[in-house]
Amino acid sequence: MATEIIIHDQKDNVGVVVIEKITSKQECSCWIMENDSTTNIQSMDEIPLGHKIAMIDLNEGDTILKYGHDIGKVVKSIKKGEHVHVHNVKTKKW
Amino acid sequence: MFTMLKPRNGKYMKIPKSFLGYKRENGRSGTRNHVIILPVDDISNACAEAVSNNIKGTIALPHSYGRLQFGADLELHFRTMIGTGSNPNVAAVIVIGIEPKWTKKIVDGIAKTGKPVEGFHIERTGDIGTVMKASKKAQEFVMWASEKQREECPISDLWISVKCGESDTTSGLASNPTVGNLMDKLEPLGVHLCFGETSELTGAEKVCATRGATKEASDKFMKTWSAYNDFILKEATDDLSESQPTAGNIAGGLTTIEEKAFGNFQKIGNCKFVDVLEPAEEPKKGKGLYFMDTSSAAAECVTLQAAAGFNIHLFPTGQGNIVGNPIEPVVKLTANPLTAKSMSEHVDCDVSKILSREMNLSEAGDKLIETTLRVANGRLTCAEALGHKEFVMTKLYRSA
Repeated sequence: MATEIIIHDQKDNVGVVVIEKITSKQECSCWIMENDSTTNIQSMDEIPLGHKIAMIDLNEGDTILKYGHDIGKVVKSIKKGEHVHVHNVKTKKW
Repeated sequence: MFTMLKPRNGKYMKIPKSFLGYKRENGRSGTRNHVIILPVDDISNACAEAVSNNIKGTIALPHSYGRLQFGADLELHFRTMIGTGSNPNVAAVIVIGIEPKWTKKIVDGIAKTGKPVEGFHIERTGDIGTVMKASKKAQEFVMWASEKQREECPISDLWISVKCGESDTTSGLASNPTVGNLMDKLEPLGVHLCFGETSELTGAEKVCATRGATKEASDKFMKTWSAYNDFILKEATDDLSESQPTAGNIAGGLTTIEEKAFGNFQKIGNCKFVDVLEPAEEPKKGKGLYFMDTSSAAAECVTLQAAAGFNIHLFPTGQGNIVGNPIEPVVKLTANPLTAKSMSEHVDCDVSKILSREMNLSEAGDKLIETTLRVANGRLTCAEALGHKEFVMTKLYRSA
């Protein structure tokens, strides 16, 4: 079965697109590596290879979890299925 | 984190116990047999390059520094020069500098390995006379080295350094964990391993610190990371936009330094590091994994690891970094199917089938072990075939 999205860890609230791109309103199959389980999501944006998709609704100030760890903060609210990147997430470091 | 998935057929690859390398006078083994022409300083580059043009089979290692440096920066310069000449991938060395004293210091450092080394200084002779004398010696060295044969060496003679570059999310998903899988399989066989990139562990530093084999190693790591982070905070303007992560990283989907750091960190698998090394410092605590304090710029990092004595390098890339090194072969792998297709001449090991789930991590780790051993045995890397010889000295601060 084709996998469009891979998620590192069960706790993660984002997944990574692993095909050339997904289109808006595409039904995607997601594989969670940590426990070898699968889930589904409908995309809200066109998202290219390697870019992230929100697995749940996220509000300003929320923490993005990937690899089961904190990788930054939401600076503009994100709906489930939308593209997650530099336009709505920033580092908590530098 | 997943690292030791079983291959589909349920069998782990039988890892060869040896490779074919060049045995050196000090007991180390090389994967290459270079005769290098090493300039002590920037103004000796022309002489060194003239000698390597004269004498076929030698390589000059031009660089930009070596004048008026002082303190820790000068120590690092000498450590890098002496370490590069001492690397077991190097059979013999010609050292050329402007002044006799620093030239001799480097010659004496390299001579401790027992390999042939001779120094020449340009003052009072000029370029032409120096090129003539050094060329005669270089010819003698290269003809001597050409008779060296590869012999069976235990796999524990491999000193493997790693560094990733032009990373994207496929690096953290697949190519970096493939390197981690290789480490998990080769570490028990007694190899030396080294990772670096101090700044690029920012965000994952606390998790990385827990991987110290001893409390001393963990504390030393945190101290090293904090010092580097303080330096970045001091020099940074409003932010580090397009430096960390780079524009290439961002195009590949990486959003923050923390995300890049956790991806980077996948390269060490489940291994623990036994010690923290200064830039270009040779490991002294025996086999196992070491962390080295390095910049995250590819050529700088690989140059420092080669100077510490590592004899083969693994370089996972996402968007397609093309770096090579003059003395340490750089094996490139990618899990990004677009990079594997559009930049195939730079990719030694394609693990992009991990993303389509046609290959699992253990199978990818086995494929990388096989590629690494073929290169250790003499197969040219893509970077070698394409002539990549990036030799980039790390400079800590301005000269006096």
